[in-house]
Amino acid sequence: MRDFYGVRLDSRLMLGTAQYPSPAILAEAFRASGAGVATVSLRREQGAGQDFWALIRELGVRVLPNTAGCYTVKEAVTTAHMAREVFETPWIKLEVIGHADTLQPDPFGLVEAARILADDGFAVFPYTTEDLVLADRLIEAGCRVLMPWGAPIGSGLGLNNRYGLRALRAHFPEVPLVVDAGLGLPSQAAEAMELGYDAVLLNTAVAKAGDPVAMARAFALAVEAGRLAWAADPMEPRDMAAPSTPVIGKAWLT
Amino acid sequence: MKITLNGEPREVTSANLTKTLEELGFGAAKVATAVNGAFVPVAARETAQLAEGDRLEVLAPMQGG
Repeated sequence: MRDFYGVRLDSRLMLGTAQYPSPAILAEAFRASGAGVATVSLRREQGAGQDFWALIRELGVRVLPNTAGCYTVKEAVTTAHMAREVFETPWIKLEVIGHADTLQPDPFGLVEAARILADDGFAVFPYTTEDLVLADRLIEAGCRVLMPWGAPIGSGLGLNNRYGLRALRAHFPEVPLVVDAGLGLPSQAAEAMELGYDAVLLNTAVAKAGDPVAMARAFALAVEAGRLAWAADPMEPRDMAAPSTPVIGKAWLT
Repeated sequence: MKITLNGEPREVTSANLTKTLEELGFGAAKVATAVNGAFVPVAARETAQLAEGDRLEVLAPMQGG
């Protein structure tokens, strides 16, 4: 398994911590998912932060702080520094948002911020698009993991550009790749894993399901199924039928 | 002295950031601080002096995707 900045993860599912109906359901969903990584954020302390942090620590998972909502390089870099201190980890899910409606990354700001943070010793997990040239620039900037989107954050649309994601996998065989954002259903997570991705990161699909705990389990199974399928070397699809039952030996009954 | 804490106007008496945080009730809390948009690490709080009109951000762990 490709490692994430020297860390081998038992689970290929990374799960967000936002939008659950309650802290108890969040914790139960995490246990059901078997996820080894939890994404978290930093926000103005209004009284709830300390209890939330205690809850996350009890989960016993690795924490991946994000720079969600940052639109500029300066904001993202400052947030990353603050996150490194609070969460005591060099891991950072780097988001530099370029557009409010699609929440798609600003590729130019992303590369600039990634370079600053990588030079400063951060383990940068960039939230990016499936663009190959951008991927190249991010690696050049010091990223050792790439996290292309499946679809816009929170949309649940799945893998919008299957071809692009496949091309990215083919071009960077050594780089750990995570489909981050846009997944709505376990089948879409399985599909990402079937493409050879190393992990998937999702939040809304579990948190906003009618039964988040059951959905967390469903994603865990899908991720495992997709990974097994990829490792099992799937058949090539073909346009014409090919009988699976032997033709030889068929009785003459006409 | 008037400062802005997380976007809200506040009156504080201590100029030192460590003391200001205690005064504002963040004494033992796990928080990160920024003054006027620049990160102030824990180690620098003792020497960081606040001035009238400064913008203090006090951030804590929160839910995220």
